[in-house]
Amino acid sequence: MTLLLEASDLRAFYGSAEVLHQLAFSVGEGTITALLGANGAGKTTTLRAICGLVRSSGEVRFAGTPIGGRATEDIVRLGIAHVPEGRGTFLSFTVEENLQLGAHVRRDKSQRRSDVDRLYGYFPILAERRRQQAGTLSGGEQQMLALSRALMSRPRLLLLDEPSLGLAPIVVQEIFRIMRRINAEEGMSILLVEQNVNLALGLSDHAYLLETGRLALSGPSKELRKHEAVRRSYLGY
Amino acid sequence: MNGLLHQVFSGLATGGIYASLALALVMIYRATELVNFAQGEMAMFSTYLAWSMINAGLPYWPAFLLTIGVSFLAAAVIQLAIIRPLANAPILASVIVFIGLLLVFNSIAGWIFSYTIKTFPSPFPSEPLWANSYISTHEVGAIGVTLALLAILFAFFRWTELGLTMRAAAENPVSSRLVGIRVARMVALGWGLAAALGAVAGMMVAPIIFLDPNMMSGVLLYAFAAALLGGIDNPWGAVLGGFSLGIVENLLGAYLIGTELKMTVALAIIVLVLVVKPSGVFGRTVLTRV
Repeated sequence: MTLLLEASDLRAFYGSAEVLHQLAFSVGEGTITALLGANGAGKTTTLRAICGLVRSSGEVRFAGTPIGGRATEDIVRLGIAHVPEGRGTFLSFTVEENLQLGAHVRRDKSQRRSDVDRLYGYFPILAERRRQQAGTLSGGEQQMLALSRALMSRPRLLLLDEPSLGLAPIVVQEIFRIMRRINAEEGMSILLVEQNVNLALGLSDHAYLLETGRLALSGPSKELRKHEAVRRSYLGY
Repeated sequence: MNGLLHQVFSGLATGGIYASLALALVMIYRATELVNFAQGEMAMFSTYLAWSMINAGLPYWPAFLLTIGVSFLAAAVIQLAIIRPLANAPILASVIVFIGLLLVFNSIAGWIFSYTIKTFPSPFPSEPLWANSYISTHEVGAIGVTLALLAILFAFFRWTELGLTMRAAAENPVSSRLVGIRVARMVALGWGLAAALGAVAGMMVAPIIFLDPNMMSGVLLYAFAAALLGGIDNPWGAVLGGFSLGIVENLLGAYLIGTELKMTVALAIIVLVLVVKPSGVFGRTVLTRV
């Protein structure tokens, strides 16, 4: 398995405070990798560090290319799509305009229409709401839109920050089911940040557990699920 | 009655100019949440540029277009070179720089062109249209130019890819960067467009109020009042605010308080809006559900 994303000795800073300490992790091509941990463990910061949204040091390679220290816009152009905390929706724009903005970095504008239709295939509700202002969508619909917007750039790696946050369980299930489909059908590599450890371990191939900015555990998701400490602290049995 | 109509029409003409400058303020405000206090002086400088070109023998319309182009480029460069490095600085630092720019443009204009008042040509004929007594041809022309400009801008922001991208960069800079939009470039472009708008406003108002380095201070004050009246982040509000303030200013000036107190009206409106309804009369709300 080839590694799509590799990070080593990754540190991140808010002001002068170091909040991530020497993280090392990787995402294999075509796999789903989960970053788990409690509130404040540094999961979101890790994604932000990959995308250059927070000051960081250490080495991050994407498909072999070092991306540490590059501008966010340039990292995104290499093929990383990031659905940030809070979904990053352009609230006053329509659903369709949001998708159009997602395709901003694409040169092949002619393919856009078919991509939009492909995504409407995954999320039929978005097709119904295509002319609607994105701010009027429900939370679940906004999460679907955020995923679709990210996929419009045809990324090689998808960074997802808590896609389950604030959504009803049935909506979460639907979204996770589609993420699995996108991974299986399109070979999309995904780095998933999740507080819902049970769900994330069910979806991912590999997982890392963060505790206050440090890597505490890592391994195949199936094995982590059986791990004593994970079970007690995060799965509750 | 004739007098009243005359006041209303010429109010519309100056109102269009306030609207253009107010829109320029709103564009920069939406992208950076800052009010460019130097917008008026930049417009004044552009107008001097046009005056120099016309004096050098260039016909009006080529000088007009060239001025717009040069103003656009110069403002984009000012943004990239002077304003952009302050992106993470405290807000007051930016305010001081804006005031600094205002003084620099004002002084350079006075230094190069002197403070004596100059006349500025109108591209429109001097005899009134259809021999009416309500409105001069320049006023009709200025209204026409303003409306055409607003229509072009509306079409640009509404229907072009670049316009969509610029609006996105203004609404949500972080998300924009995450979809690969070069936000800093979009802001510089916004500055360029704002300066182009200001340049047109300057060239349209100069035949009415004459050309001197301080010509725009009053216009900027009214534009600021118009932008606030419309809700400082609402382009439609700014345009409506501009036109209505132009009329109000003229009517009050003619019938109630005389021309000496006209400037006070703008200040009174600014204070009134900030105290009574800070979000403006046409305050826009984005629907949000969570």
